[in-house]
Amino acid sequence: MKNSVLFGTLAMAGLSAAAASAATLDDVKARGNLNCGVVTGLAGFGAPDANGVWEGFDVDVCRAVAAAIFGDENAVEFVPTTGETRFTALSSGEIDLLARNTTWTFSRDVELKFDFIGVNYYDGQGFLVPTALGVTSAKDLDGATVCIQTGTSTELNLADFFRANNITYQPVAVQTNAEGQQQYLAGACDAYTTDASGLAATRATFEAPDDHVLLPEIISKEPLGPLVRHGDSDWADLNRWVLNALIAAEELGITSANVAEMAAAPTNNPEVNRILGTEGEYGAMLGLEPNWAVAAISAGGNYGEIFERNIGENTPIGLARGLNAQWTDGGLLYTPPFR
Amino acid sequence: MSSMTDSPPRESFRLSQLIYDTRYRSLTIQVFTLVLVCIGIYWLGQNLLTNLASLGLQPNFAFLNSRAGYDITPSIGTWITGYTSAATHWDAALVGVYNTLLVAFLGIILATVLGVIAGVLRLSRNWLVSRMMAVYVEGFRNVPLLLWILLIYSIFSEALPQPRDFREVEGAVSAASMTWGAFAATNRGFYMPAPVWGPGSGVLVAVFVASVVAAVLYRRYARKVLFDTGRMLPMLWPMVVIALLPVIAAYFVLGQPVSLSYPELAGFNFSGGLRVDNALLALWLALSLYTGAFITEIVRAGILSVSKGQTEAASALGMRPNRTMNLVILPQAMRVIIPPLTSQYLNLTKNSSLAIAVGYADVRATLGGISLNQTGRALECMLMLGLLYLALSLAISFVMNLFNASMKLKER
Repeated sequence: MKNSVLFGTLAMAGLSAAAASAATLDDVKARGNLNCGVVTGLAGFGAPDANGVWEGFDVDVCRAVAAAIFGDENAVEFVPTTGETRFTALSSGEIDLLARNTTWTFSRDVELKFDFIGVNYYDGQGFLVPTALGVTSAKDLDGATVCIQTGTSTELNLADFFRANNITYQPVAVQTNAEGQQQYLAGACDAYTTDASGLAATRATFEAPDDHVLLPEIISKEPLGPLVRHGDSDWADLNRWVLNALIAAEELGITSANVAEMAAAPTNNPEVNRILGTEGEYGAMLGLEPNWAVAAISAGGNYGEIFERNIGENTPIGLARGLNAQWTDGGLLYTPPFR
Repeated sequence: MSSMTDSPPRESFRLSQLIYDTRYRSLTIQVFTLVLVCIGIYWLGQNLLTNLASLGLQPNFAFLNSRAGYDITPSIGTWITGYTSAATHWDAALVGVYNTLLVAFLGIILATVLGVIAGVLRLSRNWLVSRMMAVYVEGFRNVPLLLWILLIYSIFSEALPQPRDFREVEGAVSAASMTWGAFAATNRGFYMPAPVWGPGSGVLVAVFVASVVAAVLYRRYARKVLFDTGRMLPMLWPMVVIALLPVIAAYFVLGQPVSLSYPELAGFNFSGGLRVDNALLALWLALSLYTGAFITEIVRAGILSVSKGQTEAASALGMRPNRTMNLVILPQAMRVIIPPLTSQYLNLTKNSSLAIAVGYADVRATLGGISLNQTGRALECMLMLGLLYLALSLAISFVMNLFNASMKLKER
């Protein structure tokens, strides 16, 4: 008797495990919120504010997706992940979407079985050093001690860079950005290396940011983007087109301020109409409400607004658009058309 | 009528006996449980493989032969294996294994020394000494080990000077200076002179080993003389002379083959000499102090388990207190101490996997951390790690069981 109960329980567990990998959108809808993996704390990209509300450039991607699904940008459960835990969290189904300045690489896409849904920040790896060190180039760092977040692609770039330039260094492995910052400020390492955007964000939180300088070398390409698990293309499509909608919205002049007005009635621009659901059935094709993009854009604004509010030139982080400008402005942002 | 010798009727075996006959019932239950357990394990394993297959992942250890691509902080492991970023993930795992072994070995030694001393002192009749030991035990036993590791590590990195503070500035006193020109404590590690083995140093080492053996043999001889005749030969100074004199003589005869290299500030860091990483030191100290606190209590329990009559008997024979402790109490206490001590050694070894918190490249950090992350082979890496720690623990248990057997009460 007891044994049959045991088997029943085991069989049920097996069935629910099998069902979990089916349709992520249905699971998310049934749960009532999106589980979004974010960084453990990187100013401007993803960090809780004084009231514990998560905000940042990557966090806004999560919010836009949640808004597109539920019409509520707060229907997100943020799961902080480290460079080491993020992939396990995603492949185990603990999170539905990972928006955590993660570099799109071949092995992560193909071997680790993930789908990158696009690039939300074109970055490169840089070095941060104290001005007092008198170093002007990364090639002057022969023999230096370098703090590096373990389990990242930057770790491999660092090894390759020093090897290619025939200079040596001592790595100090740190787990999180906060730990790297603490070690760097204590002088336990001469230089701190990670994505240049992350370095700028970290430097912005220093007491005296001007005492530290970013070296001119960018030693790698780091296209950072959100990603989902392999095996559910519908879910990947949904996330990809929410991100595309944010980028297209900037290109087409849709902002959080005028989106409601533009969505009220069809405009002269058919592409705007298709995005905002006043023409065609694009929402239904994604399994969403017709006004999915309106909700996503209302949540945090278009791509440009999200950028300016979190990491733009008027924030302490002060990043220029650079490569992340629209293609019409000489940048790399170029969405496929909505048609 | 012929009388028949009735042998009891031989009943044929019936299936119901398996349940109703007490002779077979326990066997039935055991077989049934074993089958259930096997089915359960098979079911779980099958489930895992099916789920992995549905994700398109098959267990595969080929990644061990691919290029690791990351660098590891210089440590004993990289020194032994000559690891560079061009080596394979397997080599990186080996580096980790060596580093784990080093910190476990050092930790076990220091924890034992600390534990035995503190355990004896805790029973001291001196109020201050016994209270101080109590504070040590309670302080370390009741705070998570991870906090101690992080605390010690951050004391090192925050409080000690940076290497560039050692730089000599014209017309000013530099912020820090080396001790005797040979030792430097920095927030990146401790630097000290390292021996440089020149030609002929092999002979010197051989002489050293031989003279240590000779010293031990002399000790045996002196004990034998003592037990056989009651005559007490001097012990300490002849042993020191036997151990050291030939080595010193050989050192000069061979033309000073071993010299010292001193650490010197060069560029960003000290170069030359021996560098002991702060991460290793913090981990070693924290592990030893933490486990030492538990060993203290084990030692105390062991000593208290020896009946007071033993002490009194030893005093009656005119033995001094420290001899009583060393020759009468501790040998008997060992029998109580060793089994729980073994489990503390196992704990220490497994707790060394907390190294990841301070970036010490143990096997959990290389194979189970960076390699796992770069290759995504979580199942394989965790399986290997599990087997490794299992093997390590079984080896420690084996050695400790041998030790236990040698300390057991020998009946004559």
